[in-house]
Amino acid sequence: MIVYQLISLSKEFREKGNTVEAVKNVNLNIEKGKIYGIIGFSGAGKSTLVRCLNLLEVPTSGKVIFNGKNLLNISPAELRKCRQKIGMIFQSFNLLSQRNVVDNVCYPLEIAGVKRKEAKQKALELLEMVGLKEKAKSYPSQLSGGQKQRVAIARALATSPDVLLCDEATSALDPITTTSILELLKEINQKLGVTIIIITHEMKVVELICDHVAVMSEGTVVEQGEVKEIFVNPKAEITKKLVLNKALDASDTGRNFLRIVFEGQSAFEPILSSLVLECNTMVNILGANTENIGGKAYGQMLIELPKDSSVVNKIKKFLDSKSVYYEEGGIAG
Amino acid sequence: MSEQMLEILKNGIWETLYMTVVSTAFSYLFGIPLGVVLYITDKKGICQNKIINFVVGIIVNMIRSVPFLILLVAILPFTRFIVGTTIGSNATIVPLVVAATPFVARMVESSLKEIDFGVIEAAKAMGSSVGQIIFKVLLPEAKPSLLLGGTISLATILGYSAMAGFVGGGGLGAIAINYGYYRYQGEIMWITVALLVVIVQLFQEIGLHLARRVDKR
Ligand SMILES: Nc1ncnc2c1ncn2[C@@H]1O[C@H](COP(=O)(O)OP(=O)(O)O)[C@@H](O)[C@H]1O
Ligand SMILES: [Mg+2]
Repeated sequence: MIVYQLISLSKEFREKGNTVEAVKNVNLNIEKGKIYGIIGFSGAGKSTLVRCLNLLEVPTSGKVIFNGKNLLNISPAELRKCRQKIGMIFQSFNLLSQRNVVDNVCYPLEIAGVKRKEAKQKALELLEMVGLKEKAKSYPSQLSGGQKQRVAIARALATSPDVLLCDEATSALDPITTTSILELLKEINQKLGVTIIIITHEMKVVELICDHVAVMSEGTVVEQGEVKEIFVNPKAEITKKLVLNKALDASDTGRNFLRIVFEGQSAFEPILSSLVLECNTMVNILGANTENIGGKAYGQMLIELPKDSSVVNKIKKFLDSKSVYYEEGGIAG
Repeated sequence: MSEQMLEILKNGIWETLYMTVVSTAFSYLFGIPLGVVLYITDKKGICQNKIINFVVGIIVNMIRSVPFLILLVAILPFTRFIVGTTIGSNATIVPLVVAATPFVARMVESSLKEIDFGVIEAAKAMGSSVGQIIFKVLLPEAKPSLLLGGTISLATILGYSAMAGFVGGGGLGAIAINYGYYRYQGEIMWITVALLVVIVQLFQEIGLHLARRVDKR
């Protein structure tokens, strides 16, 4: 089943004569129950795209079909009803500073007309789920960033939404807190079946919890597919940059290299040492890392290519014989 | 100082407090809705409307730029229409409210502008209506700042009320003028001034204390 269908969605901003095309002709189907990542560098149009999903930003053209209804064709009252089924969390948490934690979680229930007692009970259940029940009476200013985001998650889930939109929800958090928030999101997805759409500029976020990913650049989706496919075989230039981001530091860009991807149980060292022995050459490792994608280990390693093309061929032949995936290429700096 | 003078001063204090507090209350009654309208109809507001924003803005600025004493005299017929007289404390309240409402509207608007826009967006994303955003987000989130603004308004209105003493208003201002200025009793004037200072200081302290206590940030 499809929760969201975006059809030739575009958004332009007009400001004092100049127009910015933040989102250009995006077509996307988002399946129910999945965790969907939208990744891209800063300014790619990710936030604008996700804000079009609940009409915080009104698209210039195209359709936003949510549960079969084009949000652009419905009345304001209907839109508010739909928004109750679309939760959203933000980089800056956006909690009500003058309400305590439990009253923050009650807010969406209050505006949906749920009775105070029922709302409070539901809020406490949600706070228990995000592990903050004992903070119910605290105020946002008394919480850490990670705790604030947990409250925001509980609040977003209060009206039992079908979808949870996350705009850089972990970008203001340290790596350990990021991981714990991402694990919480995964748990919510599995327990409640909520479709999650995650906007991020970090490949790590996508690798950790997403099933599907769309890569955005300059307002368009340049590549999309299952996360492991994209990781193993990135096609677009921008995707390669995102995937390699950690393995390769900036000073190495521009050199010719071979990217070797290991799937499952293969490990770097045995392959590398037999490569060195069998091809009778030294290799310069530019970088390497391992990732856990959908519970499976993946590794990538970048080696600098020797100048001698016969040696290069030898290396490739060796890798083919071991059925190790690799690709050749330099990235423009 | 004579018993009689003490009695006059006591009455003056009472009248001043009465005028100031009642005028401030009415100014907020009208000023809060105006401030909210100015804020939500502004660009990027939740109810953008250039025309309403422009018209309300112009009216507010016009009244604000008229000096208080001129305004007071100019609206004497209106004052007579509302309270039936043009002298005394009640008659002073009318021009005070007219003069202070636009001021309060701008104070309210600036308090609302302090709210993090992300919070309003989050409320919108949760399906809030405009009314729900105003009453459940804007006003509660701005409460500490509104209270601080309230103390500034009180002090300003107190100053205006003293000025009204020149033209038949009651309170400490009238005493300062009648005894200090017309009858050359300098010390009475200084006493009323000192009393006004003490009252302003008290308002300020109470306001600050309240604002600090309700603020959960
Ligand atoms: N409200 C706005 N007004 C004008 N330009 C905007 C606005 N919001 C975003 N943009 C522009 O749209 C482009 C995409 O921005 P954004 O969606 O925030 O990117 P990302 O979230 O991927 O970093 C940027 O060039 C940005 O300057
Ligand atoms: Mg963004």
